Amino acid sequence: MSSDFNVKRPGLELLSSQGLRLDGRRPNELRRIQCKLGVFTQPDGSAYIEQGNTKVLAAVYGPHQASKSKSLQDSVVINCQYSMATFSTGERKKRSGGRKSEAISMQLTQAITTAIKKELYPRSQIDVYLEVLQADGGAYSASVNAATLALIDAGIPMKAYLCSCTASIAWKDGKPEPLVDVSHVEESAGGSVLTVSSLPSINSVAWVDMSQRLHADYLSVVMKRAMQGCRDIEVILDKAVREHLGESWTMSDDAVAI
Amino acid sequence: MWTTKTFLTKTKRGNIIKIVREHYLRDDLLCGSAACNTCPHKDDEFVLDGKPNSICTLYAYPHYLILDTNVVLHQIDVLEEDALSNVIILQTVLEEVKHQNTAIYQRLLEIIANKKRKFYSFVNEHHKDTYIERNPGEKQNDRNDRAIRKAAVWYETHLSINSVVGQFPKIVLLTDDENNRKIAQEEGIVCCSIKDYVENVTGFIGLVDKLSKNVAPEACSKDALYPAHLTPAQIHEGIRGEGTAVVNGFEKPILLQGHSGINRAVDGDSIAVEIFPEEEWRRPMDIVLEDKADDDPGDQLEEEAVLLKNTKPVQQGDDEITPTGRVVGIIRRKWRQYCGILMRSKFPGATRHLFVPAEKRIPRVRIETRQSDVLANQRILVALDSWPRNSDKNAENEVILLEHDVPHARFSEAVLACLPPDDWTIPEEEIKKRVDLRSECICSVDPPGCTDIDDALHAKALPGKTEDGLKRFEVGVHIADVTHFVRPNTALDKEAANRSTTVYLVGRRIDMVPDLLSSNLCSLRGGEERLAFSCVWEVDENANILHTKFHKSVIKSAAAMTYEEAQIAIDDKSRNDAIVSSLRILNTLAKKLNRKRLDNGALSLSSPEIRFQMDSETHDPVEVQAKKILDTNSMVEEFMLLANISVAQRLAAEFPQCALLRRHPAPPPANFHTFLKAAKQQGFDLDVSTNKAFSKSLDSAVIPGRPFFNTLLRIMATRCMQQAQYFSSGSKTVEEYYHYGLACPIYTHFTSPIRRYADVIVHRLLAASIGCDVTHATLLDTKVANSVCDNLNYRHRQAQYAGRASVTMNTHILFNKRVEVELASVLAVKRNAVHVLIPKYGLEGPLYLPSDKFTYNEEEHIQTCGDVVLKTFDELTVRLSLDSSNLQHRKLVFELVKPHIPGFSVDVMEVEDTKKETEKDQKKRKEETPAKSASKKSKKK
Repeated sequence: MSSDFNVKRPGLELLSSQGLRLDGRRPNELRRIQCKLGVFTQPDGSAYIEQGNTKVLAAVYGPHQASKSKSLQDSVVINCQYSMATFSTGERKKRSGGRKSEAISMQLTQAITTAIKKELYPRSQIDVYLEVLQADGGAYSASVNAATLALIDAGIPMKAYLCSCTASIAWKDGKPEPLVDVSHVEESAGGSVLTVSSLPSINSVAWVDMSQRLHADYLSVVMKRAMQGCRDIEVILDKAVREHLGESWTMSDDAVAI
Repeated sequence: MWTTKTFLTKTKRGNIIKIVREHYLRDDLLCGSAACNTCPHKDDEFVLDGKPNSICTLYAYPHYLILDTNVVLHQIDVLEEDALSNVIILQTVLEEVKHQNTAIYQRLLEIIANKKRKFYSFVNEHHKDTYIERNPGEKQNDRNDRAIRKAAVWYETHLSINSVVGQFPKIVLLTDDENNRKIAQEEGIVCCSIKDYVENVTGFIGLVDKLSKNVAPEACSKDALYPAHLTPAQIHEGIRGEGTAVVNGFEKPILLQGHSGINRAVDGDSIAVEIFPEEEWRRPMDIVLEDKADDDPGDQLEEEAVLLKNTKPVQQGDDEITPTGRVVGIIRRKWRQYCGILMRSKFPGATRHLFVPAEKRIPRVRIETRQSDVLANQRILVALDSWPRNSDKNAENEVILLEHDVPHARFSEAVLACLPPDDWTIPEEEIKKRVDLRSECICSVDPPGCTDIDDALHAKALPGKTEDGLKRFEVGVHIADVTHFVRPNTALDKEAANRSTTVYLVGRRIDMVPDLLSSNLCSLRGGEERLAFSCVWEVDENANILHTKFHKSVIKSAAAMTYEEAQIAIDDKSRNDAIVSSLRILNTLAKKLNRKRLDNGALSLSSPEIRFQMDSETHDPVEVQAKKILDTNSMVEEFMLLANISVAQRLAAEFPQCALLRRHPAPPPANFHTFLKAAKQQGFDLDVSTNKAFSKSLDSAVIPGRPFFNTLLRIMATRCMQQAQYFSSGSKTVEEYYHYGLACPIYTHFTSPIRRYADVIVHRLLAASIGCDVTHATLLDTKVANSVCDNLNYRHRQAQYAGRASVTMNTHILFNKRVEVELASVLAVKRNAVHVLIPKYGLEGPLYLPSDKFTYNEEEHIQTCGDVVLKTFDELTVRLSLDSSNLQHRKLVFELVKPHIPGFSVDVMEVEDTKKETEKDQKKRKEETPAKSASKKSKKK
C-alpha cells in the first residue's frame, strides 16, 4: 500500500495544473456579470442580473403603508419573496413555495434590512420579489445583487451598495486556493461554500452563510476572497447604475442613491 | 484581463439532461516559448527553448513538437525517455488522455512537471484564438484533431510575429493517424508519424526500442538499450532450420563484439548466436574499448557503435579472422550470485545504481535500491534480479527490513532540520504554560537497556477520605510530550507518519523519530526535566476512579528503574523512601485493577517471548531464554491500560467522527474449532461464548503436575484471536469499538508516542480537546483519519512480522553448528507433521512425520504409529539442529527422540556425541572470534 496520505479531497480537481478553473477562469475571477435596471414599468423598481448562467429578476414595490399587523412604529418592514422558476435548473421541478425558497427569502430579508435606511419610513413596507430564471450556482448572491439594483431603481435610500458573493476552496499542489464566485459545477464537486453579503464601501458584513463545515484555518482566506469578490461586484453594479442614469456623477461613490 | 465571451458546451448523460456550462476564453494564456515576442512572459515562465536543438535528421531546423492523443497513449515510454524535449502538450490531448487512461495521464503529468524535460502544457481550449466549437455532425475525435491542428497553426503564426523569417522555431505535429496527417499537410502543417520521427533521431540509440509497435517482440525486455531478443519460438525455428547456433561446428570460438553483440548475455548462459556472413567476420579488437566507469550503458553503446563502424572488415585470408556473430537469444540463464561493489548514482536520492562485479566477465548490473548510503563502499553480493545479499548479519537485517517494507533509511536533512538543537532546554515560558510536577516523586519502570522511555508514574496518598470512608490516592501517568516537538505537517511529522512505528529487531532498533528525540529530549530519563502529557486520577483504595484530569506538564523523573530493580525495591522491607512507597501504592492498586479487569472478562493470554543474550564483541546471540514476567511488569501495564482507556473515553466524546481508537473484534467461532477439540482430548470443555466465560474456563483448565499445560493452552488460545486494529471513530458503530482481549468498551493508544504514531495523533486530539493546542484541518478530516489508520495497521503488522523474522534469524545463528535435545509440546497435529513448541526457547516448528509410518486421523487430529499416539498437548523430547543446506532459506530441524519409534526417532547416544563435538567446535570458534572481527573491520575501511 502506498504510504502517501494524499487523500482525495473534495475540490482537488477544481483547479487544473495550469491554475485554471473548469470553465477557464482563474481562482480570483468573477463570472461575467451583465445587469440592467428598470426592466419593468409596473413595479417601482426593477432589475435583471446575469452572473454567468445564473439569471435573476428583481422587482421592488414600495415603500407603501404596511398592514396593521406587521407595521413597525419606528422603521420600515421589508417583505422579501424569493422563488425559482420551474425551468431554472437542468431538471424541471415545481419549486414555488418550497421550504428552501422560504428560508432563502428570510435570509434575503435580513441582508436587505441591514442595508436600507429603515428609520426613514416608519409604519411602511417595502416588497422585494426575486425570481431566479436560471440557476447555475450562487443564486442567493445574484438575488442580493439584483435586489440592490432594483432598490436603487426604486429610489430607496441605502447606506451603501449591498453586494453578495460566494467563495469556496480548492487545492493546488497541496495548498489551499480559494475560488471566488463558484458555479454550480464547483458547488457540487467542491467542499464548503461561503456566501457573504456585505456593504463593501462601509466595510461591513450584512450576512454570512456557510454550506458545510470548513476548518477554521481556511476560513480567513476564503472570507477574504469572498469580500474581494463583493468589492469587485460593487464596481460593476456602480457602473451599471451610472449608465442607467445616463449622466456622469461627480459625487463620491458612497454617497450614491440618497 | 479576461474576455467576456461565453460559449456553451452541451453534454448529455443518462436520462438526458442538458447541461449548460460556461466556457471562458482568455487572451492572457502564455505560449511558453522563449522565442515569443508577444506574450507577456515572466522570466521563469519560459518552458520551451528559444532555439531548440533538433535531434531528428528529418527536421534539422529548430522546432517544437505537438503530439496527438494516441501518440501519448501508445508511446508514453518514448516520452519518458530523456530524449524528446521542447514538446507542447495541448490541453485537448491532456484531457483525452485523462479520460482514457489515468495511469498514463499520471506519467505524462510527471514528465510535464520535470522542468528539465521542457514539456509545456498549453491551454488551447481556453485560448481565444485556438478554441474551436464542434461542428454539427462532427465526431468528438474529429473535433479534437481539428483543435490540435488549429493550435499547431496558431503556434506557427504566433511565433512568427515580430520574428525574422527562419529565426523562429517551427512546429512539427506528430500523429499516427494518416487521415489527420493528410488534412494537416493540406493546411500547411509539418507533420509525420512518431515512428518516422523517432527512427531518425540521432544520439539516442535506445529510443527506437521504446517504440511500441503494437506487436511487442519481447514483452519482458525492460532494458531497451539493446537489440531485442528473439522470441523462443523464433530461436527454435532458427536452430532447427539453419543451425546458426550450433557452436560446435566451428573450430574457433565465435567472436561477439561489443556490448550490443553480446546483447545482455552473461558468462555461463546458454545462448543462441547468429553468425554473420563471412565477409563481416573480424579480428578481435585492436581497439580497446575504454571502460568509462561512471558512464551509463547508453552512452557506451553509442560510442561503440561509432568505433565498430570504423574497424573495417579485414581482408580474407587473415589468420586472426574469427567467426563473428551476435547473440540473438538466451536459452537458459545461468545466473548465480556475484560479488562486487556498488557505484552510487551521481544524483543524490536516486534509487538506481550500478553494481560493478569483481569479475570482469560479468556485466555491470543496475540495482534499484534505496540503500545506497548503506551499501556504498561495502562489498556486496548481488543475485541478479534480486536484492543485494551479504553474508554479514547487518545485511540479513537489511533483508528483513526490505522484505517487510520497513522504511529505515537515515532521516533526511529536511527531517533533521525540524529538530531542536542538541542542547535544547525547556524554555521558561513553556514551563509557565504547563502544570509544574517537578516536585512530585515520579519514576519510570522499563525493561533493561531501554533508552526510549515514554512513560513514568507517580502515586501518593491524599488527605481525607471518600464518602464511603475509603482512603484516597492520587495516581499520575506521565507520557513523553512528543507532539511538542513533532508539529503537524512538518517533514518530521510526515516521516514519522510514514514509518508509523519503531521497529525492534534483535540487537537493532529502527526509530520512528530521530535519535535526539527518541533517546534524549522525549525520553523521560531519571533526574532530567522533561515535558510530559499527564493523566492524573484520583482513586479510592479499591482502585475506583473518582476523578480524571489531563494536562501538559513538566516533570523530573526521580529514577529510571528496570522491572527487576523496582521489584527488588518493593520487596525490600528496609526501604521506605518516597520512591518505594509510591511504587508500593502503585503495585497494590495495580493488583486491584488487574483483578477487576479479569473479572470483567479480560483474557490473560500468553505468547512465548524470548530474549537473546548477545555477545558483546560480535553481537551474535549466545544464549536464549524465555522472558521473565515480574509483578512490576503488570503494574506498569495496568496503569498504561487505564490511561489508554481514560483517554479513549475522552476522545470518543469529544471527536465522534475522527478520534483514533483501537478495537479488537471478537474471534469468529470457527477459529476455535481445532483448539476446542484438542482441549477436549485432555478432558476440558472450554466455553468460548463470551470472553468472560472463556477467561473463566481457561483459569479452571489446570492439570496438577503439568504447570506448563495452562500456559500452553493460553498460547494456543492467542492463535485463535483476531488482530486488533486502529480505526477512526466515525468509521465504526459504538458497539464495534469493543476491545475483546481487554474486555473494555473503548480503547486507544496514548502511552507510547515515541514509538507509535497512533499515540502522536491521540496526543494531538487530546491536547485539542483540553484546549492546550489547536486543531488543524487534517487532524479532523475523516478521510485522512481513515487513511492514517490504514497505514498504521499495515506498518504495525509489518513491524511485528519483521520482529519475528529477526528472532528466527537469530535463532538460526544461535543453532548454527549446535545440536540440542529439549522437551517439547505438541501445539497442533497436521496431516504430515506435528507442530511443536520448545518452552525453554519459545521456539516452534514442524516435526515432519513420514506417511508410511504414521497414520493421520482427520477427525480426532491425531497421528498414530504402532502403539505410539501423538496428539495435541503431548510432551515429547526432540532434537534441534539447523539445516543450512539452502543458505537463503535456512531452517530449524526438529527430530523426534522420545517416544522412541524404531527407524524414525534419533538415538540419544548419537546426540550426546554430536553435542560434545559441537562444544569443542564452539570453543574453537570463540578463540577465533577476535581475529574474525578484526578482519571484518579492516574490510569495511
